[in-house]
Amino acid sequence: MRLTVNRKTVTVKAHPLTRLLDVLREECGLTGTKEGCGEGECGACTVLVDGEAVNSCLVPVAQVQGTRITTIEGLGGRHPLQRAFVEHGGAQCGICTPGMIMAAAALGPRPSLDDIRTGLAGNLCRCTGYAAIYRSVQRARAR
Amino acid sequence: MPRRRAVGRNVLRKEGHEKVTGVARYIDDIRFEDVLYVRTIRSSVPAGEIADVRYNFDRTGFTVVDHRDIPGRNIVALIDEDQPSLAATRVRHVAEPIVLLAHSDRTRLAAAEVAITYRETTPNFDPERSDLSFKSIVINKGRLDRGMAEAALVVEGEYRAGHQEQLYIEPNGVVAVPENGGVTLYGSLQCPYYVHRALTVLLGLPAEKVRVVQTETGGGFGGKEEYPSVIAGHAALMAMKSGRPAKLIYDRVEDMLATTKRHPAIVRHRTGVKKDGRLTAMEIDVVLDGGAYATLSAVVLSRGMIHASGPYRCDHIRARGRATMTNTPPNGAFRGFGAPQTQFAIEAHMDVIADRLGIDPLRLRERNALRPGDTTATGQKVGKDCSALQVLREAGRRTAFSRKRKAFKGSNRGIGLSLFFHGSGFTGGGEVKLASKASLALTERGVQIRVASTEIGQGTRTMHAQIVADTLGIPYDRVDVSIADTAMVPDSGPTVASRTCMIVGRLLQRCAEDMRIRLGRMTPAAYYKKHGGFVVTKQYEKPPGLEWDDETYRGDAYGSYGWACDVVEVEVDPITYQATPVAFTTVHEIGRAIHPMLAAGQIEGGSSQGLGYALLEEVVMRGGKMANAQLTNYIIPTTLDTPPMSITILEQPYTHGPFGAKGVGEMPIDGPAPAVVNALRHAGVVVSEIPATPEKIMKAKL
Amino acid sequence: MQGTLAGRDLLEPRSLTDALKMLRDEGPLVPLAGCTDLYVALNFGTLRPTRFLNLWNLDALRGIETRGPGLRIGALTTYTEIITSATIRRRLPMLAAAAREVGGVQIQNRGTIGGNVANGSPAGDTLPVLLAADAVVVLRSAAGTRRVPMTAFYAGYRQSVARPDELIVGFEIPALRGRQWFRKVGTRAAQAIAKIVVAGVWDTARADARPRLAMGSVAPTPLRLSQTERALGSGASLAEAQEILQREIAPIDDLRSTAEYRRQVAANLLGQFCRVRL
Repeated sequence: MRLTVNRKTVTVKAHPLTRLLDVLREECGLTGTKEGCGEGECGACTVLVDGEAVNSCLVPVAQVQGTRITTIEGLGGRHPLQRAFVEHGGAQCGICTPGMIMAAAALGPRPSLDDIRTGLAGNLCRCTGYAAIYRSVQRARAR
Repeated sequence: MPRRRAVGRNVLRKEGHEKVTGVARYIDDIRFEDVLYVRTIRSSVPAGEIADVRYNFDRTGFTVVDHRDIPGRNIVALIDEDQPSLAATRVRHVAEPIVLLAHSDRTRLAAAEVAITYRETTPNFDPERSDLSFKSIVINKGRLDRGMAEAALVVEGEYRAGHQEQLYIEPNGVVAVPENGGVTLYGSLQCPYYVHRALTVLLGLPAEKVRVVQTETGGGFGGKEEYPSVIAGHAALMAMKSGRPAKLIYDRVEDMLATTKRHPAIVRHRTGVKKDGRLTAMEIDVVLDGGAYATLSAVVLSRGMIHASGPYRCDHIRARGRATMTNTPPNGAFRGFGAPQTQFAIEAHMDVIADRLGIDPLRLRERNALRPGDTTATGQKVGKDCSALQVLREAGRRTAFSRKRKAFKGSNRGIGLSLFFHGSGFTGGGEVKLASKASLALTERGVQIRVASTEIGQGTRTMHAQIVADTLGIPYDRVDVSIADTAMVPDSGPTVASRTCMIVGRLLQRCAEDMRIRLGRMTPAAYYKKHGGFVVTKQYEKPPGLEWDDETYRGDAYGSYGWACDVVEVEVDPITYQATPVAFTTVHEIGRAIHPMLAAGQIEGGSSQGLGYALLEEVVMRGGKMANAQLTNYIIPTTLDTPPMSITILEQPYTHGPFGAKGVGEMPIDGPAPAVVNALRHAGVVVSEIPATPEKIMKAKL
Repeated sequence: MQGTLAGRDLLEPRSLTDALKMLRDEGPLVPLAGCTDLYVALNFGTLRPTRFLNLWNLDALRGIETRGPGLRIGALTTYTEIITSATIRRRLPMLAAAAREVGGVQIQNRGTIGGNVANGSPAGDTLPVLLAADAVVVLRSAAGTRRVPMTAFYAGYRQSVARPDELIVGFEIPALRGRQWFRKVGTRAAQAIAKIVVAGVWDTARADARPRLAMGSVAPTPLRLSQTERALGSGASLAEAQEILQREIAPIDDLRSTAEYRRQVAANLLGQFCRVRL
């Protein structure tokens, strides 16, 4: 099976029903995407498939053949969201952060606070109480 | 006089960049060669004797470990010695570990069938009916009968709080690697030296043969304070027996089923008051459900009891508490550690009193709040840094509390408050017993902090580096922090009890003061070049004047207290009985905010967990087992469940804290639940049990 | 941690015709659409079936079209597509309202209306909407097409009348007039399973004033509340209609809530529905 991950083509040997999450973490060695629950509730496994946020623990790799997948590693390290999450406290323990940033990356260009809260409702954070995450997303977008 | 350049500013976090790029390595991200995966076979009954264990699978390639393989002592070394690492002949709770299996093929590991039969005995799930008490504590002040005689009115109340699951988004996980005739344990944990001790005891190894390395940890909140000793012990046993690295990572379901939770509590109050609201007597009774083994119940009870009478002055107090055994998975540490339970009760009770007397809840608290020079329940004189009145008045002012109390009357909206406090550091003689150490090293690369304190989201490395940088008078960027590896850092005690800044930070400050003297006027680099490196180590010294008697439970329970006031506005939907917190305001006095943004982060995060505790988070127990052990069914707040928060930090420096800092990690979770319950009361809904689910609210209304 | 995949097969049809042939000749096969539900059970190791059919690439199952005054919605339409569809917002806003309350964005991007119906949970968020809208389920097999009214689609708890060789391909919604209403009461504000979920339509142009009302999580299947509707349409008081409602529903205690709560809230929701009409 062939996938495009972070703009690179990869050939994947895993069983077609393997979770995209496991293909990314184990076959591709991209451990930035995390597993928090395995049931699509916490969003820590969020990646973008053709620009849309999905829970990679709920996607069989067979269904993303021929799509463009973006993980946290694909943001380059200098993305405004990444800088903002460090500067404004959006990341505390960091385990929800890759999924949170990917979900935030999928928000529109000028998200209101309401848009941010709704767009991130599928990402659970236990450390921050979300307030600093909103500030981080807003400040990133302001750049 | 060193210039203050880092403390009090939001310097860039030391551990931030790795977390936002996906580079930070949590335990499941690290590849170990030749690893075996481990699976824990657990009890399916709450109480009984193990009759038979059958392995109904082809054992080729499997390593099996049971209690007979334990080279040292079959206990999880903590306080008591009642908890086995692996059950030998009997089980006391569902999910108790009995046998470990390991294989390099996860499919075969998952498919292996182990059949265990039991001779079941009658379990007890009621903490008040238990015949085993892990710990009892009595706090006496003055003469209760005298206080009651002075009262114009006696008000009684009973309050209940259920379990709460810490729900760190990264589940428990460790990898044990056999090496050097011993073992190195890597894992998600808060207290490397707790695990170190537990492993030396379990494996019968000398201290130098065990090494514990904390990996990036995705949340702890107390859930990784003592529990990792259990999972680490299992992985280590497997590693020693098989001779291969053993990887044991729980999935969410197993983590919720088997690991520790907050102690459920039943708290009864009987309070004597004068007509003007002054407290004359407090009689308090506390029962904590400890689960099947003691773990930290004694200390949870201790903190709970000391905070049970709230931040109030009262001359006559008798508080009795006990932590008892039930046949449920052992409960343990969770942020707040007994104080959220007992302060929920006293703060909800204060509003009952206010109602009875027809007094505004804010006025009632003003009348009774501790002031500098007053004594607590244990007879401790609170110092100049007692800010109960300030936080109360500031919160009341910011929220227009009294005006809204009148304005919302008769509507579906309520406003409620809670006044609370939280002692920093270990109780009483605890810090002396811990005898924590911190080291500061001058190396070729610069100045390096060496402590066992762990970064678990709160910004430990950043905050410690700020303290050291300013004390030494060097740039914050030039201070490096060692990873928490027992081979490299001294025992600074556990990362718990709101002590990481106040206690360990202070130790580091003393190290830096020493280093500064030794450096003279040279920079670290210049000194190193000329004289080479050195290490300064400091050990905890009790501040002068602190006295505590463990027998009578009297004296100075904590070096210092933080003080806080929460105000919550709640809207109750008359159709669905759902209570939505629509506004949250808090004023926290914490001595000194070393890093204001990180401190606010602790307050926002802890408050959010407190709101979950108040309204959403219910552990459903059936037959001694958690029935809703899935994130779908254990409900924590999402973005849409969390109201906008207004946080104000006040600073009343504590003499013995670094730059005046007290603790802040736990206090935020003590306040929201009673503030919510009090807001509900204002909206016409009387509940005395949390979580205040819509089902309970409906019952209260109909 | 993923459950074992050894011995499990995923068949990849290249067209709808292909898929239907596979269902007929190579069954039993469990169709997989957005995987937001079935896949959880598979990963937890609680799913016994071993052979699956990947529907995700079958574009024939996608699309939202108007059909005269009515609508046709492909089975593979995701919640996101429903939420952003101007056609749905115009003609079936209560479906968009339901879709907005399913999970979070990640679930909405993959979960499908066909999957929601095929899964048949009594708590399914779109099900009361389809019932109240008098939707028709379009089923296809290699043998042909069959249409089943949504109100006759479920035979019991998670059991539909669809045959093992049939696939839900879409839903036909007749023209709807009047005010549409949807409300879900979940365990929290987002990412929640419904404790009770309700959809209703007041066709104010109708002479007989009979509304349409359906409710989920109050019985083994989602329910069209025809007796309650009849009562409301024939001028019964709210109290009388609430009494009839209590006889029509059969809620239980479960992990999330209680029968008592569901009964009380159902009655309250009926009151709210009646106020919506005014």
